[in-house]
Amino acid sequence: MTDFWNRLTIGQKLAITAWLFLAIPLVFYITIRFYPTFEAFYVSTLKWNLLGAKKAIGFKNYIKIFADEDFWLVLWNTIKYALVGVPVSMLIAFVIAYWLNEIHFGHDMIRAMYFIPFLTTAVAMAWVWRWFYQPLPIGYFNIMLSWMGMPQQPFLKSVTQALYAIMAPAVWAGLGFQIVIFIAGIRAIPRSYFEAAEIDGAGRWQILREITLPALKPTMIFLTVVSTIGFLRIFDQVYTMSADSAGGPLNSTKPLVLMIYEFAFDEFKLGRASALTVILFMILLVVSLVQLWLMRKHK
Amino acid sequence: MKKWLKSAFALAIGGTSLLWSGMVQAVEIEYWQYTYASRVEAIDKLIQNFEAANPGVTVKHTHFPYADYRKKVAIAVSAGDGPDVVQLYYGWLNDYREGGLIQPLSSSAFPHATIERDFFPMVGTMKVEGEYWGLPTAVRSLALFWNKDMFAEAGLSGPPETLDEMVDYAKKLTKKDADGNYLSVGFAVDTDGQDHHWWREVLIRLYGGQPYSEDGKKVNYTTDAGAKALKYVTDFEAVHKVGANGFMNRGQDAFAAGKAGMVLDGSFRISKFVKQDGLNFAISELPGHNGNRYNFSSYWVNGISSKAEGEKKAAAEKFLQYLTSDEAMQLWLDTVGELPAKPAVALVDANKTHPLYGPFIRGLSYANATAFVSEKPQRQSLIDAYDMVVLQGADPAAALKKVAKAEQEVFDEFFDN
Repeated sequence: MTDFWNRLTIGQKLAITAWLFLAIPLVFYITIRFYPTFEAFYVSTLKWNLLGAKKAIGFKNYIKIFADEDFWLVLWNTIKYALVGVPVSMLIAFVIAYWLNEIHFGHDMIRAMYFIPFLTTAVAMAWVWRWFYQPLPIGYFNIMLSWMGMPQQPFLKSVTQALYAIMAPAVWAGLGFQIVIFIAGIRAIPRSYFEAAEIDGAGRWQILREITLPALKPTMIFLTVVSTIGFLRIFDQVYTMSADSAGGPLNSTKPLVLMIYEFAFDEFKLGRASALTVILFMILLVVSLVQLWLMRKHK
Repeated sequence: MKKWLKSAFALAIGGTSLLWSGMVQAVEIEYWQYTYASRVEAIDKLIQNFEAANPGVTVKHTHFPYADYRKKVAIAVSAGDGPDVVQLYYGWLNDYREGGLIQPLSSSAFPHATIERDFFPMVGTMKVEGEYWGLPTAVRSLALFWNKDMFAEAGLSGPPETLDEMVDYAKKLTKKDADGNYLSVGFAVDTDGQDHHWWREVLIRLYGGQPYSEDGKKVNYTTDAGAKALKYVTDFEAVHKVGANGFMNRGQDAFAAGKAGMVLDGSFRISKFVKQDGLNFAISELPGHNGNRYNFSSYWVNGISSKAEGEKKAAAEKFLQYLTSDEAMQLWLDTVGELPAKPAVALVDANKTHPLYGPFIRGLSYANATAFVSEKPQRQSLIDAYDMVVLQGADPAAALKKVAKAEQEVFDEFFDN
C-alpha cells in the first residue's frame, strides 16, 4: 500500500486526496438524493401500499391522475401560488431594498427585521397567522377591520380568499432573503454608471429605469427562479393553516405537494404519489432549464 | 478438596443456567399509542398492574403525537420494527389489515363465542373474513354538552329533546354585536370534529334514511333523508345564523371558553371541560326526532402487529387479554372517560346514572358504528358538502351528489381488490 502510494506523482496524489474528500458529498448525493429520485420513477409505475406486494401497472397512475379533476384544480392552485406570489414578493422586496439602500440610519436593524421571518420556523409562523385570520372575537385582522368599521372577512374560510391568505405569510417569510439579494445586486452596480448619468442630467426615475433595473437582470432572474421553485413547492403553510390540514375549503388551497403527501401518507397510495412527484419534478426541471437558457442568453 | 471443587463447579453451572433461563423468560413487548395525557396515564397504570401479575414480561410503552401516528406505525412495522401490541382507530382496520400491519387474533386466546357474548355488538365490525383483528378496551358515543349558565340566562331550563327544540334553543342562546358579528354561538358547528358522524349515523337515520347500503359497499345518502340531514346541519350557519363552522378555531374551544351554548362531542372531552375554570356545563343524550333516537359509536382497538411472533406473540396475547378485561375497562372509564366495551361493565347502575357518563352510556344502546373503508376521505364528504352549501350556496341534494361520487370511488377502489 505504502509502496503504491510512494510510486505516485504529486499530481496523482493530489487528485486522489481531492477525490477522497469529494467522495463524501458524492456518496451522500447518490444514496440520499439520486437513488430515491430514480426509485420514484420506478414506483410511479406500481400499485403499492408501502407494505403489500408491488404490482406493476404501467402508466395507469398517470392516466388516473390526468383524469382526476381535483388534480387540475390542485395544479392550478400551485401555479397560482407561483404566478401571484413571485411577482408580488419581488416587487415588494425590490421597493424595500431600493429605499433601504438609500438610508444609513438604522439600515442594519431594519434589514435584520425583514430577515428574521426568513429564519423563523414556517409552521410556527403559520400557526400565528392562522390565529390572526380567525373570525371575531379572537382574530386579530378581523378585530382591526371592525375597529375601522369594515365588515369582517372570512379569510381562511372562504373559497376565494383562503389561497391568498395562506400565500401572505409565505411572501412575508421569503421577503428577507430577496431584499438581501437585491441590496447586494444594487451595490454591485459600479458607482461610475450613476455618476455619469447624474452628470448627463438624468433624473432619479430615468436612472432607475435605464441603469438600475437592466443591471439587476441577473439578480432578478435568479430570484425569480428560486422563488418560483419555492412557491411551487409550498406545503408547510397550507398544511398548518387549512382546516384539518386538507388544503380546504373545497381543495381551494391545496398545492401539489400536499396532494402528494395525502396520497402517500394518508391513503398509502405510493404509486400515485410517486407519479405526482415525477410530474412536479418535470415542472421544476422545465423552470430550471428556462432559467439556464435565460442566463446564457444574457452572457 | 476435590469434592468441594466439584460441588462448587456444579453450583456455578446451575446458577448460571438459572440466571440464563431467567433472562430467556424475561420477554419485553412494545405497546404503541398516540399521546393523549389521560390515555398515557391509563396505559401506564395498566402496564404496572399487568407486570405485577405477570413476572417475566415487561411492556415498553411508546407514544407520540397523533399527527404522525399512522405513518410511524406503518413505516416501523413494515421495517420489522415497532410495536407488538398497537392501538388503532376502528375505522383504520381495513387499511391496517390490507397493509399487513396486524395479524388476526388467534381463536384459542380470543374465542369468537366469548367475544360475541361479552362485547357490545358494534365490535362485530372487527370481524373480517371470519377473523377478529382487534378488540377495544373502551367505546365512545356522542352526547350534547350544554352550558348551564348560558341556558339559565336565556331562560331555558333543560336541554333540547328534539331537533326542532335544538334549533329553537340555539336561536335563544346566540349573542351578536351591533354589526351582527357573533359574540357567542348557540350551537358550535364543527365539521372537523364529530359533526360528520352526527350527520352520517344520527341525522340521516332520524330523517328515515341510511348512510350506506346493507353490505356497506354503496353510498346511500343521495336521498331525501340525506339532503334533509345536510340541510339541518348547514341551516345553523346558513339560515338560522346561530353558529359558524370553526368559530374560535374549534367547536370544543368555543364551548370551553363559554362562547357556545351547545356542542356535540364524545365522553373523552369531559376531562377537558371539567378542568376549565368557570365552565358550568351539563351533558344530555342527543336530541331525537319523531320519537326516535340514534347515536354514533366508535372505538379504538388494540391489535397484535404482524411483527409479534413466538414468545413475544404469547406475551402480546396475554397483555391484550388484560387490556380487554373488566378491570381494565373500569380503570379506563375512571381515567380516560371512555365507556367500557362490555355491557356487563358499562351498564351497571353506577355508570348508567352517572351525571357525566350516563348520557353516553345510555346512548350506546341505540348507537351504530360506521364500517369505514377509509375514514379520512369519508369524513371529507361532509366537510366538502357543508362548504358547498354554506360557502357556495349549493343545493344540499346537489352537493351530496358530488361528494357521493368521490366517496363511491373510494369504496369501489377498495372492494375492487
